[in-house]
Amino acid sequence: MTEPNASDLAEVPAGTSAEQRVTRKGMWGQGSGDTSGYGGIVRSFERFPRTDRPYGSYFDEIVDRLHGLLPSVDLDHVVVAHDELTIFVPKADLLDVLIACRDDALLRFEVCVSVSGIHFPDLVGEELHAVYHLLSITHNRRVRLQVTCADADPHIPSAVPTYPMTDWHERETYDMFGIIFDGHPALTRILMPDDWEGFPQRKDYPLGGIPVEYKGAVVPPPDQRRSYS
Amino acid sequence: MTDESVGTVYVAQGGDWDEIVRGQADRGDEKIVINMGPQHPSTHGVLRLILEMDGETVTSLRPAIGFLHTGIEKNMEYRTFAQGSTFVTRMDYVAPIFNEVAYCLAVEKLLDMKVPERADVIRVLFMELNRIASHLVAVGTGGMEIGALTMMTIGFREREMILDFFEAVCGTRMNHAYIRPGGVAIDLPDDGLPRLKGVIDWLHKHLWEYGAFCNENPIFKGRMKGVATLNLTQCMVYGASGPVLRAAGYPWDLRKSQPYCGYETYDFDVITWDTNDAYGRFRIRLAEMFESLKIVEQCYDRLEATTGQPVMVEDPKYALPGQLTVGADGQGNSNEHIKHIMGSSMEALIHHFKTVTEGFRVPAGQAYVAIESPKGELGCHVVSDGGTRPYRVHMRDPGFNHLQAAPAMCEGAMISDVVVAVASLDPVLGGVDR
Repeated sequence: MTEPNASDLAEVPAGTSAEQRVTRKGMWGQGSGDTSGYGGIVRSFERFPRTDRPYGSYFDEIVDRLHGLLPSVDLDHVVVAHDELTIFVPKADLLDVLIACRDDALLRFEVCVSVSGIHFPDLVGEELHAVYHLLSITHNRRVRLQVTCADADPHIPSAVPTYPMTDWHERETYDMFGIIFDGHPALTRILMPDDWEGFPQRKDYPLGGIPVEYKGAVVPPPDQRRSYS
Repeated sequence: MTDESVGTVYVAQGGDWDEIVRGQADRGDEKIVINMGPQHPSTHGVLRLILEMDGETVTSLRPAIGFLHTGIEKNMEYRTFAQGSTFVTRMDYVAPIFNEVAYCLAVEKLLDMKVPERADVIRVLFMELNRIASHLVAVGTGGMEIGALTMMTIGFREREMILDFFEAVCGTRMNHAYIRPGGVAIDLPDDGLPRLKGVIDWLHKHLWEYGAFCNENPIFKGRMKGVATLNLTQCMVYGASGPVLRAAGYPWDLRKSQPYCGYETYDFDVITWDTNDAYGRFRIRLAEMFESLKIVEQCYDRLEATTGQPVMVEDPKYALPGQLTVGADGQGNSNEHIKHIMGSSMEALIHHFKTVTEGFRVPAGQAYVAIESPKGELGCHVVSDGGTRPYRVHMRDPGFNHLQAAPAMCEGAMISDVVVAVASLDPVLGGVDR
């Protein structure tokens, strides 16, 4: 938790979009007579701060190999945290990267175990993230590929031709986040009913719930309660 | 009954089967579309299978899921990290401990937290007992569906012994919320180890019965052998893991290859089979129960050696302040703790209130933790934005992934093989749909 000032903001590494830096103020008492001091807390942080080389472990090897195989692809946004490697992949190059990950003998990620989505409404132009978790059984390694797309243009190429097991995972990510995976053989809703409107896991989709009333006092539904973040 | 858009419709109730057979014979066309589920007993919950049949041969199978979707992942975004355990445990309700461990390991990874040794041992103990219980349900219900009803009755008898032990430790048979970020909710009770000894003895006495009933039973083998095959190439195509992959001969077990909770220090074997079929998966599950029992016995010794050691991180920011005890009115905070916060220390009351209602903060970032659940790779992807609630939680359930392979296992086979195929994948729809 730090006060934002000019020098703090100047620490943002070159190449990071300004929108990725998140600033949050206070927990409660915003604009009220609260004198506890909590209302003055301002936190500023990056969601996915880039990691500089060396990445450690086997991570350099994977990134170098991908650079060597696909020299024209921008794979510079790499995050290493908690012993996990995340590579941000431009969505136009996703299929090339996936094919390289699967077919190259030094990479050989046989399985894409999971496709998951994340919604960041405040990251303008890259609100929707698709997260691919790849597993190499041969080398006993894992890597995470992250692809972003804009809410206004929620298209990402489908991984199904390369990794057939992502079929249902992509359907679920479409169902929950509305990311359209171009080239998917049958991109339909999978968990929600076919005629459902809206994408439930998006942050602007309400959780719902029933306001609970007890002797005039009302307990609001969980999505309308006070948040500490 | 006829419907203009789909043609003749037969329903299963209130009619005479002979009429259906005659009516179908008149059509002179063997093609028939069958809707199996979602309330079919052999669909393990609420799975719907849409079968296109040519006579008794399946020409097309399409699984439809989502009937048990309860929005658990969405709900978790509105509760604290500690409350998350209570939600994930309701996903795959046959193996709830695994959901909790995967989730807690992911949260602990984001916190860079190391749990006490005894907590790890208790986690392993609970996971392995739960693995036996889950496999018992798999072979029990799987047997019941092909007429081996005794498999189910004795399977649930043994499972009940394990659930009784769970109940004695944490108060609930299922939906435990026992594994918490930072450790486990409560240590074993005073009679925990003798009770565990009783469970171990019981399992030693009875686990061999399943093999004696089935392994060489000609009817059982006739229904299971060469049925629902998925070879190694197909396993890779469908991303299969767990008993399905090991039945294709590949010794891949995350407990060995990417150990967690100290599994590298336990002595056990990875069981494989080379037949690619439902029978191989059944034999793997049987043998894995004995391997799990081996681990449980090692846990017994370690629990004896670590008696009295903490089961939750010492850091008061993360550990719930009140020790749980069992009183006359059930489980709750210990009396001493209530006296302390209500009677003597305002600061302790504030701390208790903040930890329980606000929870703890988890640094921004994301983590993916995969563990070997009884069904295969169970993954948990947790994203935090630095607040007290998860920003996003996604569970990668093995059953969800494996059901994709059902058409490949069933098309071209008989309709009776569909039941065996689904049972051999062991999907639990609570986990599939979440």
